[in-house]
Amino acid sequence: MTMDLSVRIGSLELKNPVMTASGTFGYGEEYAEFLDLSRLGAVVVKGLSLLPKEGNPPPRIVETASGMLNAIGLQNIGIQRFIDEKIPFLRTYDTKVIVNFFGDSIDEYVAAAERLSSVEGIHGLEMNISCPNKQAGWCIFGTDPRVTAQVVSAVRKATPLPLIVKLSPNVTDISLMAKVAEEAGADALSVINTLTGMVIDIKTRKPKLANRTGGLSGPAIKPVAVRMVYEVFKAVKVPVIGMGGIMHPDDAIEFLLAGATAVAVGTANFVNPRATIDILDGIMAYMKDEKVEDINLLRGAAHAI
Amino acid sequence: MSRYFKAEIRENRPVHTVHNLLTLNVPLSMPEPRPGQFFMVEVNKGTDPLLKRAFSLFRKTAQGVQILYRIRGKGTEILKDMKEGSEIEVLGPLGTCYPLPSGDTIPLIIAGGIGIASVFSLVEQLSGRATVFYGARTKNDLLMHKELKGFAKEILVSTDDGSAGQKGTIADSLSAFLSRPQSPTPKYRIYACGPHPLLKIVSEIAREFKISANISMEEHMACGIGACLGCVVRTRDGYTRVCKEGPVFEAREIVW
Ligand SMILES: Cc1cc2nc3c(=O)[nH]c(=O)nc-3n(C[C@H](O)[C@H](O)[C@H](O)COP(=O)(O)OP(=O)(O)OC[C@H]3O[C@@H](n4cnc5c(N)ncnc54)[C@H](O)[C@@H]3O)c2cc1C
Ligand SMILES: Cc1cc2nc3c(=O)[nH]c(=O)nc-3n(C[C@H](O)[C@H](O)[C@H](O)COP(=O)(O)O)c2cc1C
Ligand code: FES
Repeated sequence: MTMDLSVRIGSLELKNPVMTASGTFGYGEEYAEFLDLSRLGAVVVKGLSLLPKEGNPPPRIVETASGMLNAIGLQNIGIQRFIDEKIPFLRTYDTKVIVNFFGDSIDEYVAAAERLSSVEGIHGLEMNISCPNKQAGWCIFGTDPRVTAQVVSAVRKATPLPLIVKLSPNVTDISLMAKVAEEAGADALSVINTLTGMVIDIKTRKPKLANRTGGLSGPAIKPVAVRMVYEVFKAVKVPVIGMGGIMHPDDAIEFLLAGATAVAVGTANFVNPRATIDILDGIMAYMKDEKVEDINLLRGAAHAI
Repeated sequence: MSRYFKAEIRENRPVHTVHNLLTLNVPLSMPEPRPGQFFMVEVNKGTDPLLKRAFSLFRKTAQGVQILYRIRGKGTEILKDMKEGSEIEVLGPLGTCYPLPSGDTIPLIIAGGIGIASVFSLVEQLSGRATVFYGARTKNDLLMHKELKGFAKEILVSTDDGSAGQKGTIADSLSAFLSRPQSPTPKYRIYACGPHPLLKIVSEIAREFKISANISMEEHMACGIGACLGCVVRTRDGYTRVCKEGPVFEAREIVW
């Protein structure tokens, strides 16, 4: 049986639907000794900003039941160093490189997108809109539909690269946010970013994270993420990249059935550095067992009544 | 793939009321671990707890890699009940190691509590050269004291309650040791692992006496390989990863 695993994210063709989730795979090189990066559909790197960012004070992570909270604070080396030091390495692999980026103003988003668009070896951009807007009292870009529309359309004009908008789940109606991003020019949507949470130490009576709150990821959020992918798939025409708690092949297949075109593996990389490859192999085994010749046939199958 | 492997538990036995010694049968393809390095060890097949736990190399013997761990929470509670013959996933050896002292240097090794786990193999490797300052709450909490005696030049013990050695902290005895009139002053190098406040005081003492010091830091970890940026401490270069640029740092690099 021949099997077609390739999927399309806008104009971007991936050899298979398994990607890495931003912030959980470093700049790719950290994992290169554990797996062949060329087997991945795409590598999505840690979120970058125009200038390097220090991030939050420690402790930055705390474990929770079947998950973890992180408050890294978007620490990164900045776009220029990424281009100089990391891209040459990534270019040696036969995979698509997607750069996750953010800014703290619309101007900064635009400048970052412009800078990244002229670099050979970057195949797509993923906009993280779950970050605070300095110009509007630090409210989150991804939770106010008007601001979301503004920032996405500004970035759309600034880049010819495939543009993925990564939605925040910390909203009342994710399908509304999805439609807003689609109308503003997104080629695809990543669903979901982390859910804001808190853990309090009962001895010190203080939050355990120095930042007080953090983003929840891991198996604990999977049912929420699957539901959100399901709703977004119904609401928009652009492809959806599903993520949130994918540990095993079965989890990834659930996301495809809910409507995802591709999936991203995040926290699982920390538990098993070869998780992406194990998930890819498992998806192929499932297709063989279920006699599915084209992975695209699985997409949204859970919507059929 | 040699730094990610399945290891068989050879032995997992209590050495104290709340401490176990774990011996792992590791594959030959694993790089040789050096004193100060650590491993990320699977404690559970399910998802709660989810993440691997960081443990220092205690010793590498003909039996395999040994880890000395304190039973502290969810993960180590599960680990302590794991049986001989079962297999667990391990990542490592990871991180930086203690740089060895030059021939004319006297190594001073500071171990506070479970910090002994990280410096034991250094004392062993320096066979007979190291002066060890070993601190614990009580006499009963001095783990592996007898084994240590075989490798150290001398061991200066302090306990909080005076039940063994000096009553007080090892920082006090280090300070007293360095303040003795000596001529000429020998060349020293300090190596330390223990609770955060101890490391801070040791770094201050090292600065005061102009001695190079290497200290082993701890932070909560998720990946152990430099990818998540979860494990940072503040250094003169900004927030720096304990799992990659550490756990062993030059003491003067740390911003306390
Ligand atoms: C580089 C390094 C080397 C270490 N070496 C040893 C050793 O040789 N022997 C030993 O007994 N302990 C060592 N520790 C500490 C050990 O990792 C923790 O005691 C252990 O993770 C506790 O897990 P738990 O599930 O029992 O506790 P819990 O409190 O239930 O753990 C909850 C979470 O907090 C993390 N955590 C809790 N305490 C610490 C801590 N002090 N440092 C880092 N993470 C922590 C856990 O990994 C877990 O994610 C080391 C830590 C680091 C960073
Ligand atoms: C430590 C950590 C760092 C992250 N950093 C980023 C980031 O820089 N940009 C971003 O868009 N998402 C970031 N994320 C979110 C993940 O990409 C992903 O959306 C989320 O963790 C859900 O997937 P998971 O449950 O498989 O981890 C981060 C997540 C974690 C755990
Ligand atoms: S534990 Fe992930 S970067 Fe150190």
